[in-house]
Amino acid sequence: MSIDKQLESNGVVIAKLDDLLNWARLSSMWPMSFGIACCAIEMMGAMASTYDLDRFGVFPRPSPRQSDVMIIAGTVTFKMADRIRRLYEQMPNPKYVISMGSCANCGGPYWQHGYHVVKGVDRIIPVDIYVQGCPPRPEALIGAFLELQKKIETEHIVADKLQSTHA
Amino acid sequence: MDDPAQLTEFGKILLIGVAGLLLVLFTLLLGSILSPKKPTPEKLSTYECGEETVGNAWIQFNPRFYVIALVFLLFDVELLFIFPWATVFGQPELIAADARWGWFALLEMALFVGILIIGLVYVWKKGDLEWIKPRPIMPHVGVNIPASAYDRLNSGQYRVRKFNPDNVTPTAEKTAAATDELKKPAFKPRFRKPGTTPS
Repeated sequence: MSIDKQLESNGVVIAKLDDLLNWARLSSMWPMSFGIACCAIEMMGAMASTYDLDRFGVFPRPSPRQSDVMIIAGTVTFKMADRIRRLYEQMPNPKYVISMGSCANCGGPYWQHGYHVVKGVDRIIPVDIYVQGCPPRPEALIGAFLELQKKIETEHIVADKLQSTHA
Repeated sequence: MDDPAQLTEFGKILLIGVAGLLLVLFTLLLGSILSPKKPTPEKLSTYECGEETVGNAWIQFNPRFYVIALVFLLFDVELLFIFPWATVFGQPELIAADARWGWFALLEMALFVGILIIGLVYVWKKGDLEWIKPRPIMPHVGVNIPASAYDRLNSGQYRVRKFNPDNVTPTAEKTAAATDELKKPAFKPRFRKPGTTPS
């Protein structure tokens, strides 16, 4: 639904409320703090003092109940796939997934012979942002959060809720 | 402060408390109105680091397992470090390059294992490797009161009287002066201009 239609059906108040909510949500995206492989080292670097992801409101949380974003930082094995799936399910809506690094994107170096590796985390959970690299630099992860901010900016939570309650 | 329309100091604190409570309740209400709710059985399940929950969390766990786990860690880490060391130590080229190198590596590992063995001997001597403690230490406190003092108390016979209201001696009433003392306010705010000395 385009923004013009949105304005027609719901009015200015709902549209502005959506903008406010989106601004609030994209200013504090709390990732679920878990790292699976070496990409997690880069993720820690991005969150630590040198790159300071905290200035974008990105602050790791120890529980899926409090998190908005899940960073899949590393190789997803089949043993881990169940757990990742369950953790993703336990996060409250709206939830987002950043697939960080080649392993999470497509299996990476284990693409051909890795009998134990899920060939891309998007085969088990929906992914919003892909970060390329093996491992990606911290700047790339920051870029992923900036891209995710652009995605959140275009969403309409209140309008969707109103429509679902009217329908 | 004598004006009854003016708020007392505690009244101001109450006002701040009420305002804070209202703000928090308003935020919670707003969140419950605006937030999307899509509950699923999986989302409502107990969070246990991604594992499937098994059984009850209210089980009793013997703290002696803690020591066993620590001792296990001792051997575990030792083994982990010996493996990479062994692959490097086994290379004949390195020994051929300098004969002293082999002795140095062996001595280094002996030092490492030696330190861990000292820890193991310590645990062994303490008796922590045995499930039932061989030498339980009973706490003993030195007190000068002889045991016979308690015997006299315990063997003493006490006479039980029947209740009679005439026999009851009334406890002393509180004096009027003491009640006046209590009526004074605990905190009396005073205002003075800066620079003047307190009277």
